[in-house]
Amino acid sequence: MSTKNFLFVNRKAPYGTIYALESLEVVLISAAFEQNVSLAFIDDGVYQITKGQNSKGIGMKNFSPTYRALGDYDITKLYVSSESLAERGLTVDDLMELTYEDADDDYAEKPSIILANREEMAAMMAEQEVILSF
Amino acid sequence: MKYTILVNEGPYQHQSADTALQFTRAALEKGHEIFRVFFYHDGVNNGTRLTVPPADDRLIQKAWTELAEKHGLDLVICIAAAQRRGIMDADEAKRQGLDANNIAPGFRISGLGQLVEGGIQSDRLVVFGD
Repeated sequence: MSTKNFLFVNRKAPYGTIYALESLEVVLISAAFEQNVSLAFIDDGVYQITKGQNSKGIGMKNFSPTYRALGDYDITKLYVSSESLAERGLTVDDLMELTYEDADDDYAEKPSIILANREEMAAMMAEQEVILSF
Repeated sequence: MKYTILVNEGPYQHQSADTALQFTRAALEKGHEIFRVFFYHDGVNNGTRLTVPPADDRLIQKAWTELAEKHGLDLVICIAAAQRRGIMDADEAKRQGLDANNIAPGFRISGLGQLVEGGIQSDRLVVFGD
């Protein structure tokens, strides 16, 4: 089966609707198909990867630790909209430290998060072949 | 062109369910191929046969079934999303020890891999959702 560039665009907050959780489920399945997978976090989607999430009060499972496993699935490109962060008073320091081990560089631990402004995000999207937006 | 359609919203709740149906119908009329229609999130509710909308309203689920019969469409409902929302075929209902199933004719329940495969095999994957 051929390899394509897959992009999953996450635009919704992690709780409130099920989009984020079910998006993550497709992302993990796509890794099993050995596709070239990237993720984008835009709008309220940036909240999906904020650190210190505590969902106890609303009776929902905190699924944010799953994002830490993405590196192990060779999903190493997480594009985060710099405008979306700024609009919400967030910086990259508010996000989880998501990393991967680079097999081509003696398994050095490297950051998966790539800050991208709207122009860079558009250029990255233009290179994709399959875009799923949740 | 070969399309896979992703339907992420439920019938009657959201315009996306109607638009996905209308797009699929129009693509077929133009001679395009629909590799698969995949139902995810609340979109799985498009595949129940137990809806009874008011008599003067459109029949979304039935329209999918009729389109599938006419064109041999592959209508696939995500199993994980379906289990959360109570969409069951006979085998799955039996496996879960449930007393009923509700899947509409022409639909089948399968895994998310079917969606990824649709993306790989098709020229375009078109997402209908919020």
